[in-house]
Amino acid sequence: MINNIINSWVFVYGPLSIFLIGLYGILTQNNIFKLVISINIMNLGVNLYIIALGYVHNGIAPIYTEKFKMSGENFVDPVPQALVLTAIVISVAITAFFLAVLIKNYEKYKTLDIEKIKGLEND
Amino acid sequence: MRKFGALIIILALLYFLGSGLITDLKINRKNNLSQKTARAYINRNVKNPEINNQQLHGKTNNENTAANSVTAVIVDYRSMDTLGEITVLFLAVTGVLALLGSSKNNRIKLEKPNYILKISSKFLFPLIFLFGFYIFIHGHLTPGGGFQGGTIVAAAVLMMYFASNNYRVNTTDIKILESLSGLSFIIIGIFGLFILGDFLQNFLNKGIMGELFSAGIVPIIYILIGLKVSAELSNIVKEFMGDK
Repeated sequence: MINNIINSWVFVYGPLSIFLIGLYGILTQNNIFKLVISINIMNLGVNLYIIALGYVHNGIAPIYTEKFKMSGENFVDPVPQALVLTAIVISVAITAFFLAVLIKNYEKYKTLDIEKIKGLEND
Repeated sequence: MRKFGALIIILALLYFLGSGLITDLKINRKNNLSQKTARAYINRNVKNPEINNQQLHGKTNNENTAANSVTAVIVDYRSMDTLGEITVLFLAVTGVLALLGSSKNNRIKLEKPNYILKISSKFLFPLIFLFGFYIFIHGHLTPGGGFQGGTIVAAAVLMMYFASNNYRVNTTDIKILESLSGLSFIIIGIFGLFILGDFLQNFLNKGIMGELFSAGIVPIIYILIGLKVSAELSNIVKEFMGDK
């Protein structure tokens, strides 16, 4: 029973709550920098959930060593890990580009607040 | 009011998505690889996936001999995706350079660099650099690979930027390294196309699983990816820290 609760927390509610914390940040914050960080946090939640889908009970890392030579060993699923590696690199690239745009935006408007930038645009 | 509305949306999503994903978990608890595509990748036998329970470590295999299965998926079975991934990273760096490179930003200066960091960074920089290179040279044997090692190298560069106000990366070195490694990746792919008939096919000797010189072009491609990623991320660090 307690094992089941721990598993559901680790595999479902942990990544889901990290994702929803990021969503809350996107819905409430005005600062653009905080929005970028919120998107990163959402990304982290999705990545953790995809990794958790590849879980195998009592599994080990999918690497052949001197100790684990056979292909029938209890390896965890390597495909989600490969997917998430790609996703992490792309999220790093997007974050870097986003921050560069943010610096340019700050040089033009001298503020990072979305509402204030909207007001400046309307004038 | 806005925060209250957001909180209600979040709690509703937590309830519905959570109860929906729990059923997923019940399937997940009986997870074994016998029903999954990953079994073919782990057995290194995509053409005939029925074979199971054979010794792979210390032997040769006609498909792939990288000991790390994640590396085998990323650099051999799905290396075309990795090429696209590299392209996305390259495009992002190009965008950062186009936005920040033209205006000569002032270098971010620390008022008083930490004395301990200033002295110890001189010892730590080569060690971290060496560790990054170790990570991406052994990408087919141990956890790690080109992207992780490249990030470690870029972190060493960032540490040097924080340690002293006068440190600057040599831009021409970075440009040469990045373009050469990216070009060699594609040239290796084209060699595979001409020798065996498929883009990025493994045309070198496969070797014995578990040794450093094994798995044909996999370690070569991962070293090239590591060099390219470290150059690109160092370039991003340099642009954000300012030029003058």
